[in-house]
Amino acid sequence: MSDRRESRYVPVIQPGHTFASVTDKISSIVLSRRTPRFWVVGFGIGFALTLGMLYAIGVLFFRGIGVWGVNQPVGWGFAIVNFVWWIGIGHAGTLISAILLLLRQEWRTSINRFAEAMTLFAVAQAGLYPILHLGRPWLAYWLLPYPNTMALWPQWRSPLVWDVFAVSTYATVSLLFWYVGLIPDLATLRDRARKKTAQIIYGMLAMGWRGSAMHWHRYEMAYLLLAGIATPLVVSVHTVVSFDFTIGIIPGWHSTIFPPYFVAGAIYGGFAMVLTIAIPLRSLYHLEDFVTLRHLRNMAKILLATGLIVGYGYMIEIFMSWYSGSPYEKYMTWNRMTGPYWPAFWGLMLCNIVTPQFLWFRAIRSSPLGLWIIALIVNVGMWLERFVIVVTSLHRDFLPSSWGMYFPTKFDWMTYVGTIGFFVALFFLFIRFLPMISIFEMRTLVPEAELAPADAERKEQ
Amino acid sequence: MNKDKQLLPTYERPQYWRSLEELRGPGLVTERDSAAALADAAGLDRRELVKYLGVSFAMAGLTACTRQPTEKIVPYVRQPEEIIPGKPLFFATAMSLSGYATGLLVESHMGRPTKAEGNPLHPASLGATDAFSQAALYDLYDPDRSQSITFLDEIRAWPAFLSAIRVALEKARTKKGDGLHILTETVGSPTLGAQLLALLRDLPGARWHQWEPNNRDRVWAGAAAAFGQPVETILRVDRADVILSLDADFLACGPGHLRSVREFSARRRPRDRQKFNRLYAVESTPSVTGACADHRLPLRAWDVEAFARSVAGLVGAGSAAQAPSDFAKAVAEDLKSHRGKSLVIAGDDQPAPVQALAHAINAALGNVGQTLITTDPVPVRTESQIDSLRQLVGDMDKGLVDTLIILGGNPTFTAPADVPFAHALEKVGLRIHLGTHQDETSAHCHWHVPEAHFLESWSDARAFDGTASIVQPLIAPLYRGKTPHEILAALSDQPERTSHEIVRDYWRDKLSGDFESAWRQALHDGVIAGTAFSPKALAVWKSAPPSNASAATPETAAGSLEIRFRPDPTIYDGRFANNGWLQELPKPISKLTWDNAVMLAPQTAKRLALTNEDVVKLEYRGRSIEAPVWIQPGHVEDAATLHFGYGRTRAGQLGTRIGSNANALRTADAPAGDRGLQITKTGRTYSLATTQQHDVMEGRALVRSATLEEFERQPKFAHEIVEEPESDLTMYSSFPRQEYAWAMAIDLNACTGCNACVVACQAENNIPFVGKDQVSRGRAMHWLRVDRYYSGSPDNPTTHHQPLPCMQCENAPCELVCPVGATVHSAEGLNDMVYNRCVGTRYCGNNCPYKVRHFNFYHYSTKFRAPSMRMLANPDVTVRWRGVMEKCTYCVQRINEAKITAEKQDRRVRDGEIVTACQQACPAEAIVFGDLADSESRVVRRKASPTNYSLLGELGTRPRTTYLAEVGNPNPALAAAESKRS
Repeated sequence: MSDRRESRYVPVIQPGHTFASVTDKISSIVLSRRTPRFWVVGFGIGFALTLGMLYAIGVLFFRGIGVWGVNQPVGWGFAIVNFVWWIGIGHAGTLISAILLLLRQEWRTSINRFAEAMTLFAVAQAGLYPILHLGRPWLAYWLLPYPNTMALWPQWRSPLVWDVFAVSTYATVSLLFWYVGLIPDLATLRDRARKKTAQIIYGMLAMGWRGSAMHWHRYEMAYLLLAGIATPLVVSVHTVVSFDFTIGIIPGWHSTIFPPYFVAGAIYGGFAMVLTIAIPLRSLYHLEDFVTLRHLRNMAKILLATGLIVGYGYMIEIFMSWYSGSPYEKYMTWNRMTGPYWPAFWGLMLCNIVTPQFLWFRAIRSSPLGLWIIALIVNVGMWLERFVIVVTSLHRDFLPSSWGMYFPTKFDWMTYVGTIGFFVALFFLFIRFLPMISIFEMRTLVPEAELAPADAERKEQ
Repeated sequence: MNKDKQLLPTYERPQYWRSLEELRGPGLVTERDSAAALADAAGLDRRELVKYLGVSFAMAGLTACTRQPTEKIVPYVRQPEEIIPGKPLFFATAMSLSGYATGLLVESHMGRPTKAEGNPLHPASLGATDAFSQAALYDLYDPDRSQSITFLDEIRAWPAFLSAIRVALEKARTKKGDGLHILTETVGSPTLGAQLLALLRDLPGARWHQWEPNNRDRVWAGAAAAFGQPVETILRVDRADVILSLDADFLACGPGHLRSVREFSARRRPRDRQKFNRLYAVESTPSVTGACADHRLPLRAWDVEAFARSVAGLVGAGSAAQAPSDFAKAVAEDLKSHRGKSLVIAGDDQPAPVQALAHAINAALGNVGQTLITTDPVPVRTESQIDSLRQLVGDMDKGLVDTLIILGGNPTFTAPADVPFAHALEKVGLRIHLGTHQDETSAHCHWHVPEAHFLESWSDARAFDGTASIVQPLIAPLYRGKTPHEILAALSDQPERTSHEIVRDYWRDKLSGDFESAWRQALHDGVIAGTAFSPKALAVWKSAPPSNASAATPETAAGSLEIRFRPDPTIYDGRFANNGWLQELPKPISKLTWDNAVMLAPQTAKRLALTNEDVVKLEYRGRSIEAPVWIQPGHVEDAATLHFGYGRTRAGQLGTRIGSNANALRTADAPAGDRGLQITKTGRTYSLATTQQHDVMEGRALVRSATLEEFERQPKFAHEIVEEPESDLTMYSSFPRQEYAWAMAIDLNACTGCNACVVACQAENNIPFVGKDQVSRGRAMHWLRVDRYYSGSPDNPTTHHQPLPCMQCENAPCELVCPVGATVHSAEGLNDMVYNRCVGTRYCGNNCPYKVRHFNFYHYSTKFRAPSMRMLANPDVTVRWRGVMEKCTYCVQRINEAKITAEKQDRRVRDGEIVTACQQACPAEAIVFGDLADSESRVVRRKASPTNYSLLGELGTRPRTTYLAEVGNPNPALAAAESKRS
């Protein structure tokens, strides 16, 4: 009931907009408005952190993986925690673009572009880690199947090899999907740009888009196909990432529940990140007309739903460790709750299970600030989840003699914070140079678009 | 361009020819013709010449892509006999520690020693080694060894030293030797002893002193009290059914301990019930011996005498004590029912009365001559070393010493706190120090002469039973080091005499038969046949000596503790402080590395509100030092143990300024410690690096144990604990068995936890040490580690040891997850590691349930970069790079060598032909390696034992390394009482 009322009263685009006003408003951010001060500050911070990361990576390459906190029982630390976290964040974009497109959820239109960009940038961060965490990163290409004089292939039973394919496929499809979706808007920018260089660059990127009926036809087809290809990837990527753990023998990893609960967790974390970005963005650039409360509420509902799935996953994991009868599994769960890393576990429970319960209340769903805080907490929670899975499973496994502790070093932190900075910097570049909301798709939401029902019908074919 | 085209076909296309004529072409090719061709080629114009030069230069640059080491190829002028490149040779020699020798066979690769093994013919080794002899090679190549003769820190030549010594000698000679003093460590070398005695005969006024901190003064005094003269007591552990150790760590240190371990563990095979022995240990500091004991009683060292007295009373070797404890009664009963087949051993640290009491008990039980043999002492002189040092310091202080020659040892560091050696040394006119390192003592001496390592020198030494060995060098002295023999020869005006001649001359009239052949035989065997001392039948004084000290000494201040000083288990008295292998070797019980700490019982620490790593101030007899606390389960209450050997100030890059110097508290009258220690908390902490942070098994069936009764009732007790999946319970076809199937079985009942295997593995496999910081980060590299678990109450727990090499799982979790196939299964069942292929994901390490994989987080092998350290590496084993995973290989290089030999002779590898490094070092024969496909092999027989079990077998890993469960032999009378208590 409340759903219908909400959607009835809050439109996905504020009334009064026309084709021209939509185009103006979005393209002016890129083309004509002055670069706002917060942009300079935000990008500056992101860029500074990126430089810090580059320094940390330089030290890492020069001295070796020992500069990180990883050790004998805990062979994977921040690198894998952050990898899984970023990959998870990279899920929402494709989900919003592809699955919601196929499901004809037209409210996705105003958020899909930056959600996709977020995906791309998050996957870029994630992609750094598996290479950085290698003992000999310069040999990372050995994970790829390429013909070589040694006649050696990757070892196909290893989930890490599956990972390489899953993540690189996902990155490629996400990039294509994002870029194809950008082409009509790049043409718009090309046409509206005043400066020669901008005209040339946008012109090249627009790949000769003229907006003919044939172009639109081909475009719609390609976009739909890509959506079809991307949809299974949303499920497969994190399933494969979860195999990194489930294939292992370590208690806390060796669990069949991981694939579904990793996927749910990824969507959960990804939507939290979309909210984290969308809420400040819409107020800073005054885009409340396009990213309306309806969007926020819908995303809040998805957050609640996936949060409940994730919570169910945690409960089943705990139940199974008891039900399995394995002393190692039992100890693992007990150690998570009461061992030296108990704050991580209980923090995780607080962030990921307790916090989303507030989303049952419509008042909170309708409060951008409240939502933003919850989204931030969920981001932290999802990071803690990966920390708990990676570190607390490894640090006490089968033989108590080999138990140990993991403490991240400053280089771990610099790399982690650095990727956040890199992500932020890339995102600021994106909103400065590309339309962060799909112009042409927004135009289809304007009442003008409904004046020609024949057009709409054709589009749907 | 035209010229290019003309040239090209000539060079690129092969020329075919059918006859020499055709090859030569029309007419004969003369030298003149080729010269003309050269002239033509030289006739290139300038541009083309430059072009060719440029290309050649660029091509030459390409070859620089790999860095080639500069290697000078110098052919042998004279081919040495028997050296085949790639084939090691083994030479017999012996290593002495505190005057007692262990026979070694040292592996030599192309003239450089790389690995020490035990000499099976040597009575103190029987083929086994301890950690010290395994690590001796590190000392040889230690980059911090002193490399030149110095006079007041300036480099001098040997002749300069000789002339200095001649002047001093002339002066001494005028005074018949007065003022000439020589300080040595315990001298066990017959030749050196003869040289010293000859010098003393020559110069009657000269003095010879002996001092080393871990001396046997109390043993000799005790023996003198019991037998009327200082005698060597040889333990025949193999003949003893019941053993009582009175604070004696006879399974870890002391003369002949390797043999004792062999004999002890040979009598602990559960299927041989009749021969199964029983060990009672009474001790203050948990030791390897205490960990092996069937019953262990923590007792302050001070109270051991009273305990010994009550046992003596109960067995009839003295007046009965009042109210003996249940433990003493049970022990005494057990001893009495094994007359002539029991053995009471007093620790070297126990005062003379306890030594005498032990002899008296043995005598009363009829053990002397049976389980305890008395012979002449092995050291040349058995005078009280502390008196000797005191006398020297007194003379020095009075200015009576003109020349002091210190032959080895580090008395400035090791002298007791109340013997001001360093201070008195300053009053000596000429101070000469012979030592392997520029140490604390050389800092106070005028002359420092680098001492040759025993692997560089000729000498001789005696084993615990008197068997003599010739110490032969494996390599010429790296830094022109001198031996004590050569210094003494110089003192006798014979500086040109080499150690080789001196040692040969000593033995010339002592070897039977033709000298040359006997000498060669002695060198070959590593022992001189027939030199063992014959047993001495002595009148035994059967009653206990009267009580003296215990009653007389007043009780010390309330709240004070007893302090116990012991030599460090890994760096000994400090002489191995700069040895990276030994520093990083976990101490057998505490698993600490790179430090010593003051050990306290859990209850005592609780009472004093102390936790691990708290820095405390130790006040004892008016002196104080600071040390971090380590809570040691099983330590006796109200007592503290501090190992001496740490706190060196001039040891080298590794050993300087680590740990606390216990010598600053030790006093001459109570070198093993006494009561009267005050501990105060400073509030600071100091981090200690341990290789094992968790000490209990958490209820998991890791080390499985039972008593002998339980074993007899249920021989398969080890299998009842955990259900193991059937080996065919898999979807995959099992791995096809090839000709060989390598496997290992480790007898936990035999293992004493001495750690010799860990160093042996490190030496054999080029395993780097990583330093304290990396150890505390959990990055120690030992391929083989010895896990230690406690069970029972922390006040007196049972200690279990479990050596953990790679399990070589048939169904290995590590292999599955490597993305690049860097760890793969060999046809013979080895889990091989391909270092070149490893990219370092560490996934295999994560997925190893045993955590036996070790990762090069940094480029640890740079430790081998020092020129001398490069010689240490075993050439048969790859030195690993950073970023690469590594692990136990079952010594695959030894397997392959044996396989090649066998293949050449067209036969299978015989059982016992391949011995892994850990197996070879183990004195207890706890480790057996072999071929599962050979049904007669020792490993198959061992695995057929009902106690054989797989560690974590329930995971379905099917490990090739299996364990034989522990079986104890508690005294039923005591066991009931103990179970009631716990």
